Amino acid sequence: MCTMICERTNMEGSGKGREGWFPLKNANVSYDHPFNAPWEYAVNIDFVNEDKGVGARVAVELSPESAKRLAEAIITALERGEADPQIQVSVL
Amino acid sequence: MYTTEQYEGMIAETITIKGDNGDEIHTYFARPQGPGPFPAVVVIHHLPGWDETYRDFTRKLAHHGYLAISPDLYCRDAHGAPEDVAAAVRADGGAPDDRVMADVKGAADYVLSLPSSNGKVGVWGTCSGGRHAFLAGCRLDMFDAVVECWGGNVIMGPDQLTDKQPVSPNEYTDDLSAPLLGLFGDLDQSPTAEQVNQHEAELKAAGKDYEFHRYPEAGHGFFYYHAPIYHQSSAVDGWEKMFDFFSRNLS
Repeated sequence: MCTMICERTNMEGSGKGREGWFPLKNANVSYDHPFNAPWEYAVNIDFVNEDKGVGARVAVELSPESAKRLAEAIITALERGEADPQIQVSVL
Repeated sequence: MYTTEQYEGMIAETITIKGDNGDEIHTYFARPQGPGPFPAVVVIHHLPGWDETYRDFTRKLAHHGYLAISPDLYCRDAHGAPEDVAAAVRADGGAPDDRVMADVKGAADYVLSLPSSNGKVGVWGTCSGGRHAFLAGCRLDMFDAVVECWGGNVIMGPDQLTDKQPVSPNEYTDDLSAPLLGLFGDLDQSPTAEQVNQHEAELKAAGKDYEFHRYPEAGHGFFYYHAPIYHQSSAVDGWEKMFDFFSRNLS
């Protein structure tokens, strides 16, 4: 909020917000003041769908080290899944 | 100062004022009951939004005898839970400086037009609102007092400038047209102690009427009683200094 550091990327998938599941359109990743986490700065990730209003948001606020571990865990899981020839991503 | 035998009453409500481009925007307005005349303060909310904290701050000013008016700077962007609205604005790069200045002017024009106004108006904000308060003191020649609390990005590098924030506020230092009170925590990372030093040096070089108070044990947002960053002794002293400053400049 003071840093204004924010990266946006398109998303395909679903998020579960306060009113249930909704299709995702974007992820906004900021390095700025969190709303709730107990630090001056955090890595804040909002999974959103602007078409459904600002309330269509799944939010997490992570310490920088937690954010790095999450990024590594995502990459590791992806690599394991993509290495398995029996796993194919397709719409059921 | 209130004493226990005094009557006290206030009205606090959402009203609509004309902001930038003549747009109607929501505004939280708290004022003491009675004919006045009362001084006024425009309360500029922080980037986390037009939230409960800022309603409390606005009412606190009214309790101390001010016409306190806090425009919703995100009124055009969205409505919803303040955090959700602020998250959307954050993702979109924040509110444009030009629009904010026009909204702040609209709020100041409104309170100055009231028969209960004493004709004087100050401006105050924290975090991004502190930055906006300093900008307003420089770009709007209408304020009698400016209070900047830990304004982040008052000093911006070229890589931080955007279409919405195209000029680093400190570039306007020569235009500051009112006394300035600055409150800062030395442990803050935005602004850093070095940035506050630079900010102060530029005010001094420009011959401006300013006073800075710096709190060695405080970080960012040390007034925010709902967050771990609250720092009690610094906050108590900061509020006292702010009310003293407004009393001296808006009476």
